[in-house]
Amino acid sequence: MFETLQEKLLKIFKTITGQGRLTEKNINEAVRQVKLSLLEADVNYKVVKEFIEKVKQKALGEEVLKSFTPDQQFIKIVRDELINIMGRANAPLELKHYPSVIMLVGLQGSGKTTTAGKLALHLRKQGRSPMLVSADTYRPAAIEQLEKLGKSINIPVFSGDRKDAIQIVKGAMKAAQELRCNVLVLDTAGRLHIDDEMMKELEDIKALTNPDEILMVIDAMVGQDAVNSAVEFDRRLSLTGFIVTKLDGDARGGVILSINYVTGKPVKFIGVGEKLDALEPFYPDRIASRILGMGDVLSLIEKAEKELDREKMEATARKLLQAQFTLEDFREQLREVKKLGPLSSVFEMLPGAPKIDVDASEKELKKIEAIINSMTPEERRNPRILNASRKLRIAKGSGTTVQDVNKLLKSYEQMRELMQRFKHGKLKLPFGL
Amino acid sequence: MGFFERLRKGLEKTRKSFFDGIKQLLKAGRIDEETLQELEELLIAADVGHQTTTWIIEKLKQERDDPVVSLKKILVELLEADTTLNLTGSPSVISVVGVNGSGKTTTVAKLASQFQAMGKSVVMAAADTFRAAAIEQLKVWGERINCTVIAHGEGADPAAVAYDAVNHAKSKSKDIVIIDTAGRLHTKKNLMEELRKIHRVVAKLVDGAPHEVLLVIDATTGQNGLVQARIFKEMVNVTGLVITKLDGTAKGGVALAIKHELSLPIKFIGVGESVEDLKPFDANQFVEALLS
Repeated sequence: MFETLQEKLLKIFKTITGQGRLTEKNINEAVRQVKLSLLEADVNYKVVKEFIEKVKQKALGEEVLKSFTPDQQFIKIVRDELINIMGRANAPLELKHYPSVIMLVGLQGSGKTTTAGKLALHLRKQGRSPMLVSADTYRPAAIEQLEKLGKSINIPVFSGDRKDAIQIVKGAMKAAQELRCNVLVLDTAGRLHIDDEMMKELEDIKALTNPDEILMVIDAMVGQDAVNSAVEFDRRLSLTGFIVTKLDGDARGGVILSINYVTGKPVKFIGVGEKLDALEPFYPDRIASRILGMGDVLSLIEKAEKELDREKMEATARKLLQAQFTLEDFREQLREVKKLGPLSSVFEMLPGAPKIDVDASEKELKKIEAIINSMTPEERRNPRILNASRKLRIAKGSGTTVQDVNKLLKSYEQMRELMQRFKHGKLKLPFGL
Repeated sequence: MGFFERLRKGLEKTRKSFFDGIKQLLKAGRIDEETLQELEELLIAADVGHQTTTWIIEKLKQERDDPVVSLKKILVELLEADTTLNLTGSPSVISVVGVNGSGKTTTVAKLASQFQAMGKSVVMAAADTFRAAAIEQLKVWGERINCTVIAHGEGADPAAVAYDAVNHAKSKSKDIVIIDTAGRLHTKKNLMEELRKIHRVVAKLVDGAPHEVLLVIDATTGQNGLVQARIFKEMVNVTGLVITKLDGTAKGGVALAIKHELSLPIKFIGVGESVEDLKPFDANQFVEALLS
């Protein structure tokens, strides 16, 4: 996503690499940097303060596990604590009534109307029959906007007399029965949380419709003030959750942590694009790394531990050093690496990964495997027997050229030679190791 | 008291005014380390951002005067800039840009209305052809303030709309064209290219157009505002900022960071829904509002 932040964190965590135990002293700088990183992600500063205190308590005296380096362990503690607050699982919609009402509220410009359309489409995909209701009688053409959205996805839109929000909502409840719609998505006008009169209107609409869900729509780019509006909307309406929009940009979405922390209410969906199908259920663990501003190192570690066959890898390493490393072993290693998934996704998980042409490398690896596959077992164990006609056969069999085959053989030879030199002590490792 | 209660209470207090606190702190007349730390927190709470906050505090440390006066002085100096618009073109073209939901369309209409009040003739170009009913929204405004709106259909090429609007203004000898562009996240390469195309097209019709490129930023925006400003500036040569929705509890502190790091001046602020609520930026007033 954005390498600079990832690199920064990696650098920070390097400071505590190579130490066996997390202590007050060695985590201080890391704690400070995590704090800054969270602030940069727009997590509310009070939440940051309390959060950091918790992390510190957890980290102190922690023994560094064998499978982790201290920096990884520290990140793990921070990330676990983040997920702890946000919850691990997705919080689904709870629709109990018939018809069921979902009310969308929020500040101006947070994306309520677009989200209403997205939500209606999502509900229909779930087999429900939704109706959109526009109670935004303030913003010019807000009703037209919802009508157009509804038309584009073929979902009915109710806008009544287009003048009085309360009357519109009343009419909608009736119309829903007639049209046999079992869920109403109610789009309300954007308003400031300190506008008492406008907040009163929402309370009236709530009293009238008894909604199963009252979701506040919040822009992912919002800053420190987010908690103020969220707390106030929650105080007056008892929200059931949040929808965070515009996460397709590069905002880190610290607001998700903040609002969760101060209201205890879950984020249920996130908006990830302008098109109406760009609404996703929210999974807290997937956003934790983004808020921290780093790649998903832990996922990679977990994946590697699960997927890679340790014994095979160790056997390969032994063979390498004994210069018994054959092309068969080489292929085995390639296959192990492939288990981690496509290279592009592996690189995405690595903070500070070099910007290499992943597609090209991936193609290269495929080619190498094809070439090795086209050899006979004997050729793989003893590539010296490869003469011109064998090479031509292999090239044809693998859909490559003789040059490609030669290239592979050459790098293989170089690797073997290097290993030989280590073995015979011609090359010394630095510092007499 | 439960944990959430406590935090909620704490925030309640914060909401009153972040800067009430600053004033309290500094009234004592002495700045010790603890005061500075609290001050740092308060600036961060106003979305000023870590880097700019650190810079402000370092400057404050060097001041000898009364801390309140010093802080005001530092902030005013940081924000002060020429806010007049370049209206030398015939017509002058103003392009209004920004991310989704920042308040571009409303800003365009308010600007138009104020220019009209100054005796200028204005054309608004409905170049947001993407968002459903954005064109209608501008047309409603056009009727309200009695201003010409040039529009094509939904999905039309926004550059073509801008082209027609400028041509219309030329043939009718209008003074100003204001282009309402579609909201776009700065990370969307193609959409940013589309914006450049709009500007290229109007540049062919009038020398020096667009004469002003105003980036609209919602006052509730956090640190991403700085990223937005940086990329919009790089891509389309932004000339100034409009900070909207300052009538809420958000302080719009990211504008300080934008001014500090990118030297982009605030030209207007939005403090309410009515036309008069778009005001020319005044550094003294802005800082006064921050500190009161």
